[in-house]
This record gives sequence, structure tokens and C-alpha cells, in this order.
Amino acid sequence: MVKYVLKRLLIAVFVVFGVTFITYALFRMMPDNYVYLKFQATSQNNPDWEAQAERVMELYGLNVSVVKGYFTWLGGALRGNFGNSFIDGSEVVSKIKTAIPVSFWMNLIVTLLQLVIAIPLGIRAAVNQYGPMDYATTVFTLLGISLPSFFFAAICIKIFAVDLGWFDSSLGLLSIDFSGNLFQKIINMAWHLVLPILLMTILSLGGLMRYTRTNMLEVLNADYIRTARAKGVHKGSVIYKHAFKNTAIPLVTMLAGILPGLFGGSYVIEQLFGIQGIGYVSYQATIQGDIPFVMSYYLFMTVLTVLGILLADIMYAVVDPRVKLGR
Amino acid sequence: MNEETKLAAESELAHAPLPEPDTRPEEDLSERVKTLSPGQLVLKRFFRSKLSVIGLVILVMLFLICFIGPLFSPDMDYKTVDYDGAEQITAEKITYEVNGETYTMYDIQYTPSINLKGAPSSKHLLGTDENGRDVLLRLMYGGRISLTIGFVVILLEMIVGVILGGIAGYFGGVVDQIIMRIVDVFYCIPQMPILFICSALLSANEINGFARIYWLMLVLVVFGWAGTARMVRGQILSLREQEFMLAARSMGLPAGRKIFRHLVPNVMPQLIVQMTLGLGGIILTESTLSFLGLGVPIPYSTWGNMLSCLTKGDFSILSDHFNIWGPAGICIMLAVLSFNFIGDGLRDAFDPKMKK
Amino acid sequence: MSDINKKSEEEQAEVFAAAATEADGEVQISAASAVESIQPEENDAVPQAQQKKKIKMPESIKKLFVKGISSAELRNYESVEPTEQEKAENILIANHIKQYFPIETNIIGQPTRFLKAVDDVSVRIPYGKTVGIVGESGCGKTTLGRTILGLYRKTAGDVYFDGKNITDYTDRQMNSIRTDMQVIFQDPYSSLSLRFSIGNIISEGVAVHKIVPKSEIKDYVIDIMVRCGLQPQHYERYPYEFSGGQRQRICIARALAIKPKFIVCDEPVSALDVSIQAQILNLLKDLQNERGLAYMFISHDLSVVQHISDSVGVMYLGSMVESGSTDAIFAEPMHPYTRSLLSAVPVPDPRRKADRVILSGSIPSPANPPSGCRFHTRCPECMGICAEVAPKYREYKPGHFCACHLYPQD
Repeated sequence: MVKYVLKRLLIAVFVVFGVTFITYALFRMMPDNYVYLKFQATSQNNPDWEAQAERVMELYGLNVSVVKGYFTWLGGALRGNFGNSFIDGSEVVSKIKTAIPVSFWMNLIVTLLQLVIAIPLGIRAAVNQYGPMDYATTVFTLLGISLPSFFFAAICIKIFAVDLGWFDSSLGLLSIDFSGNLFQKIINMAWHLVLPILLMTILSLGGLMRYTRTNMLEVLNADYIRTARAKGVHKGSVIYKHAFKNTAIPLVTMLAGILPGLFGGSYVIEQLFGIQGIGYVSYQATIQGDIPFVMSYYLFMTVLTVLGILLADIMYAVVDPRVKLGR
Repeated sequence: MNEETKLAAESELAHAPLPEPDTRPEEDLSERVKTLSPGQLVLKRFFRSKLSVIGLVILVMLFLICFIGPLFSPDMDYKTVDYDGAEQITAEKITYEVNGETYTMYDIQYTPSINLKGAPSSKHLLGTDENGRDVLLRLMYGGRISLTIGFVVILLEMIVGVILGGIAGYFGGVVDQIIMRIVDVFYCIPQMPILFICSALLSANEINGFARIYWLMLVLVVFGWAGTARMVRGQILSLREQEFMLAARSMGLPAGRKIFRHLVPNVMPQLIVQMTLGLGGIILTESTLSFLGLGVPIPYSTWGNMLSCLTKGDFSILSDHFNIWGPAGICIMLAVLSFNFIGDGLRDAFDPKMKK
Repeated sequence: MSDINKKSEEEQAEVFAAAATEADGEVQISAASAVESIQPEENDAVPQAQQKKKIKMPESIKKLFVKGISSAELRNYESVEPTEQEKAENILIANHIKQYFPIETNIIGQPTRFLKAVDDVSVRIPYGKTVGIVGESGCGKTTLGRTILGLYRKTAGDVYFDGKNITDYTDRQMNSIRTDMQVIFQDPYSSLSLRFSIGNIISEGVAVHKIVPKSEIKDYVIDIMVRCGLQPQHYERYPYEFSGGQRQRICIARALAIKPKFIVCDEPVSALDVSIQAQILNLLKDLQNERGLAYMFISHDLSVVQHISDSVGVMYLGSMVESGSTDAIFAEPMHPYTRSLLSAVPVPDPRRKADRVILSGSIPSPANPPSGCRFHTRCPECMGICAEVAPKYREYKPGHFCACHLYPQD
């Protein structure tokens, strides 16, 4: 077990290096970088702009080879120095810190809603396999997977915000002409968040529902469930006491896997609703070539992804006594 | 009379020739059994599932519409702007007075009066978009590009994945270690962000026009093959230990024959399922990128960038002109949905446990 | 019922062995605890609990730095070339076969602990005769058969086949002699590729090795199929349409089609009903008489082995404990293990009183075998010396070998 975890951690470190290196190399392949363009724009009243640009580029290791530049960045990052954003000059870490809470709280609510809705529905579908409920679930699940998020979001905005007028169709977390105390502010924000959160929930329901259904079906077809039914245990008791407990194992594993994902943002939804979460901010930074910000953010994301996979695997072994970790 | 007929009948019976003894050899019942090859069995099970048939029908329809539909409109294509003929010429007379002299100027404006955001009509069944182009035609041309991208990308992904995963799984050892570490890296790259970077890179290098579509395919393949390679390797590792592979080994078959006649056909089911399910994913990814303006560039149309008009700040399109963006979204949904239906159906059909 | 149990046990053992080739999962854990317990207590002054806490964590890491065992160290025996006469009598001579699967590796990947599936076993199989190999589930019978055929890369051991030394044959060289040695597997379900028709399955080897001209392949294959009790119209059928017994016939036909001289029958009947078992055994015997085949017949079923074999080898936990002619073994078994096995064979005579030797406990793990004689933990006649010194495998009567301290060692 110790050896396994050690090995996995080693691989994880390697993966993080690999991913960040690829990201960095891609950025460096751009013909002209953001710094140069920014200083060039000031060239009219700043005759010394080329020298200044050189200096900044040297500071960030942008004028040396890709490998050297990468290690300059890595060296800084390992010492906790992530640099300043090219766009607005603010510190990268604080910029990430201000953007994450919005996304995090949204993701948390979405995940909780998802659990409360998807698991019971998944169980229902499995218990009545091939029944109308099951077909409805399957179709709904596949719809959720197949709907492009931007299209679904556009439709929802059109129907609920524009046609029905239930929500404010303007961008942002607050109404444009908002004024009021803290309590009203919270209410106003919540009002703006209802639609995006509902959207994200509906779009992510499918996967969990299907997962619950598949696992539940597997358990329900096991011999010990048939035995329990045969010896006269009440149906509800069989389903919720015997079967669900065993279904919970893969679910817990899956949850461990998605836990780190809470800190990531949703690009499309945040973009469409004008929510300044981490998805929105990082998207803007990416297309503008803000290397320090994007590198730090991707480092963070990759660590989260790798951690999620590792956590899921280890959880699997911890929760399920039959699983032996190997290889 | 009654008796007469009875007698007649009796005599007729008596004179009737005896039924000939059956001289045919006894038929072996087992010869009458219709043998189905495993492939036929899979098809039989596949067509038994309603959802997969629905998916297949939708898909065939989409293909027919996209690839044949545009042929019926030879005088327009995806970038033809519709001028509805009601052009206007306005002339404005401007007079100046400088130092007591009067100058007269005419500002003549020609407005070609493009049929912008036209409502559905008999000429434009789905209306025209914000640039006056026919939505239905763009939809069909867009479908060509979206579907082609999907198929090309998935095919290339499969080829790369099968080769690398196959090598890793079959040879094992150091080769396996090296390939799998590369796979790990590519598997863990956050997909959407890296695609943003690549798109920004393409824009920065001024790769536009049709070439960008090729580059987009390449990027999608580079960051998409790892899953297939992992799956193929896992499959081969488990197959390698099975007795029929040992039997092939003890038979003294050459390596090529073992790989291509015994291993690959056994990986095919999972591969085909993953391909169909992956196709939907690629179409979604491509359309998301195009929606954000990072994918296939305008004026080429794809289903994704037909929706990108929503991001350009013209709110009236969202609220009043569903006909511009709605159909493209529905097409994406239908395509992905049918790929998912087919993939699910195939998975069940291939799974020998699901012999219902 | 017991058959099914035995089979599933056997499967488990095989899965276990296969897993051990690459994985270190539970085996490692159990091995780790064993190492800990063997570890001499160095600091008696330190209270037990505290000490345990101290060494527990580093122990698993420390293991990563143990010196690895090289393959040369495992070849610690003298290679003796068999005489010409021995070569002329035996189609197969296997000496000192070892098949170890690494279960623990150090940090640079050298093996430090092994699962000794087959440990120093020697077998001879005369032309046209049948040698039975018996033993409990997980004693290494199957592994021995597969190692001899070169299906596993053996750890050590010399193999002479048909007068040639094939010890160091490469895969390609092995392929050239594959037509002479074949195998029939235990599980007729998983050893047939489901995607081929029966004709394809049987004719594949024939075509690859060009046993008959291309135009005659179909007739040849149908001939073989009929000989093995299948019908010609089965040629176009697929394995899923057949029952277990028929599938085993297909496997036999597949092996026979390339005209081998030697077949390893790896529990060919244990997955089948008793009525079918007899049919298959008789088929194998008939084919042997017809074609002069030599069999190595692996089974856990003693009555089957008695029925078909000319001589028998008894294996326990990876090593041979007794071997000799079938009559000698069944009439006067020497090793206590053989005796207990024989006493477990049911006799269809209600009046005969059973005096069964019942073994206590279960077979120990080959990853962590007992010291001295491997059987001493379960032996009804265990002596003091048994736990310390491994008995020599000696010939007591002509052709009758045994490894036990009950008999003189010098």
C-alpha cells in the first residue's frame, strides 16, 4: 500500500511536470508575446519601450530557450513566487484567490443538488429496470450528456429570463441598477445565480445518475440480494439496507474523484452569465497570453486533476475490502 | 343415396394408391439450425434495441440532409449574402456658407439592403442570419464540417491509440512504462484549457481559413488519443493472459498473426463502442470551441459557430431570433444524442452477458 | 459439487499466480507481515508497542532497498546432459525446472522475493506413454506444464525434447517445434476464440505450419473433426453453439490437427460432467494407441490419472514429492502426502471401511513456503528434523522416487 501510494505520487509529480511543460512550451510558441505587444502600444510616448520590454521578459525568462524559461518559471513557482499577471499587474495568487470562491460555492451547491437528485433517481431507475421510469431516466441522462451547455444556457435564458421575465437577463451577479444593504445584496446575487446553478446541475446530473443505476443494477443482480428477497426481507429494506450500502462504495469513490473539481470553473456558463469566476478569468487570461497567471492556474488545475484520480483510486481500496492495490 | 356415396367413397379409398414410403434419409435436425456468426448476432441484438435504431435513423437523416441537401441550392452557398433587391439610394444635400459663398455637397449613400435576420420564408426556410446568409444552407454546410471533423478526429485518435496502446500492452516492460507515462501526462491535461491555448496559438500564428480546420483536427487528436491508448492497453493486458492466447502461442503462430487475428478482433467491440461515444464528445468539444470563436473560423460554418452570434453582444438575436441559433443547437444535440444511443446499443449488443 | 469447488479453487490459485507475476497486492502485504515477524528483536529494552510503532513504517520502505536476486543465483544446479539412450527413450526430459514469479521488487525493479510456483522439478516422459501429474489446487501442476512447453519464460531448468536441447530456444525457434508439442487446456470455454468458426480454429495451425497442401485443408480438418467425435457440418459453426464436452473435443482436434508427438493435457476433463469425462478420456487413449502420442496428463482427480497414466508424479507446493509407475504408486505409496491423497479417493463399496488420513489445515502459500520439508505443517508423521532439513528426492525402488525423512536419506 505504502509502495503503491509512493509510486503513484512519483508518477503524479512527473505528470504535473509534463503537463506544465507542455503548457509552457505551447505559450512560448506564440510569435509575439503579450509583454512585447503591451510595451509596443506605449511606444509613442515611451522611446525606451524596447529596453523595458526586454527587462520584463528577462524577469520572466521569456527571452531564453523554452526549457530554460520553463525552469526559471518552475524555480519561482517552487519557491512560492508565481509572479504578477501581465494584464493588470496584480499578484497571480491573489487574483486566483479572489476568483475561486464564486466558482467554488456554485460548484458546491451544484454537487449537493446533484447528489440529492441523481442518486434516488438512479436507484429508482435500477429497481424498475426497463420500466417507464428507467427509460425516462436513460433518455434524460443522455439528453443531459448530449446537450451543448451553451445551447442549453441560451435556451434557458431566452425562456426564463427573456420570455417569462423571471430572472434578470443582464450579465453579472448583481443587477446593474442595484443599491441596497447587505441582505438585499445577497438576495439579489442568489436571484442571479439560480439559473446558472440549475443549468449546471441539470447538465451534470446524467453522469451520476447513470453511474448509480449501473452499480445498483449490478448489486441487485447479485445472489445475496436474491437470497434476502427469498427469505422474505421487505423490498424497501432490501433496496435501501442491503443494496444501496454496496452501491455506495463506487459512489464514494467517484465523489472523492470529483472533490478537487470543485475548485475549477465552468468556462461556458460563467462566460454566458458574466460571472467573474475562475473559469471566466482564466479563459480571458488564456486568450490574451497572460503566461504567469495561466501557468499558475494550470499548475493548480493539473494538481487537482491528478489528486482527484489518485484520491479516487485510494478511496476505492479503502472503502472496498476486495480491492487490492497493485502494480 | 347416402349409402351409395359412402360406398363410392370407400371404393375410392380402396383404389387409391398407397402412400409411398418415405424414402428420404432422415433429416438431421441440426442441419436446419441457422448458424449466425458473432457479428450477425451483434447486429441482431443491436437492432432489437429501439433507442439505437432511433439513433441510427436520426444520424442517417442528418447525413443525408447535410451532404445532399446543399445540392438543391446551386446558386447559394454558406457564405452567399442575400440581397433582397430593395436597395436604397439616399442623397442628402449639405450646404456650407464660407465667406459669403455657398458650397453645396451631396452625400449619396447606397444601402444594398441586405436581408438581415430575415424571418423564415419560402425562400429561406429557416430565415437568414445576422449577416444575411441563409440559415438552412449554413446548417447543412456546417453539418458537413462538424461531422467530418468528428469522424476524422476519432479515426486518427483510434489509430494512434491502438498502435501505442497495443505496443505498450503487447510488449510490456520498459516500452510499456515509457508509453504509459506519456499517456498519463496527456490523460491528465485539462482538456478545455489546453484547447484554448492551442486556439490562441493558431490565431497568433495567423492560421486562418480552411487550414485552421486541419490544425484544429490535429490539436483535437493530440489531446484526445490518450484515453483510447489506455483502454487498448488494459484490454490487451487482460486478453494476453487468457487461455485462447496461450493456445495461439502454443500453436506456434507468428506474432503478427497473434496480434491482428486474435488480439485486435477482441479489442474491436470496446473500440467501436468508445468510438461512437467519443464521436459525440468530439462534436461537442468542437462546437464549444467554435461557439467561443476559437474553433472553425467564420465564414466557414459549423454548428458551433452558428451559435457564436450569441457571444457578440447583440442581445436581440438571443431574445427575438431563435431561428438563427436554435436549429444549429438542435442539430448538435441530435447528433450527439444519436451517437450516444448507438454507442449504448452497441455496448449492450457486444456484451455477451446481455443475451436477453 | 466438490468438483466445482475444486475448480474454482484452482482458478483462484491461477489468478493468484498470474497476479503475482506483476502485482504485489495482498501477497506483498502478507509477505511484509511475515518478514516483520521473522525480524529478530533487537531492542528488548524498548516496550513492544513502542517498538512496533517505530519500525512499522520504515519497514515497507526499507524493503525497497534490499539487494535483488539475479537470475544466475537461481540456476544453482549442475546441468547434466542425458545419455543418448535416455534421449532415445524419452520424448521429453526436463531437469530442475524452476518457475518463480517475482512478488516484490526493490526500487530499481530487481526481484527480491518470489512466489515459487514450481521449484526444482524434474520430469521424464517416454515416447508413446502417459505421465500423470497429480496434486492439490495451486501446487504448480499447471504451471509446470506450461513452463515445459515454453508458454512461460522459465526461471531455470534444462529441457530436452525429442533429442534436442531446447533450453535456450528463442520464441522463433520454439515456433518451429510447436508442431510436435501441443496443449489441451482445462477450460474449454476460455481457450477457444469466440470470433472464429470451428473450421477456422482447427485449420489455423494447419495452414500456418503447412501440414497439408492448401487445397486439402478442409477435408483434412473435417477428417480430424470426425475422428474426435464432431460432425462435418460443425465446420461452419461457432463455439458459443457447443456444450463443454464438444468444446473440449474441438480443443483436442485443434491440438491433433498439427500432428504433434507430445500433448500436455492440462486437466482436460475436470470442467466436464462425469459421463462426458469418460468419453473424452477414451478418445485420448484411442488417439494415443493410433498415433503413438505421449501425454503429460495433469489432474487433481486420482481415479482419472490411475485410469490413463503409465506413471505418476505427485506434486506438493511446487515440488515433486513422489513419482513412480502408476501401479507402484497406487499399490504402495511411500510419501505420507500420497497416502492421504489416495485415502481420499472414494471407493464405490459400501462395506469397505474408510480409514481416511485427513490432512489438517490448508496448503500454505507458495509465496511463503514452510522451512525444511514443505509438507511438515500438515504431515501426520511429522518429526523434528522435518521442520529443519528438506528431504532429498531419492530413488528407493527402481523407478520409484520419494522425498521424505521417513526413509533413509543416504
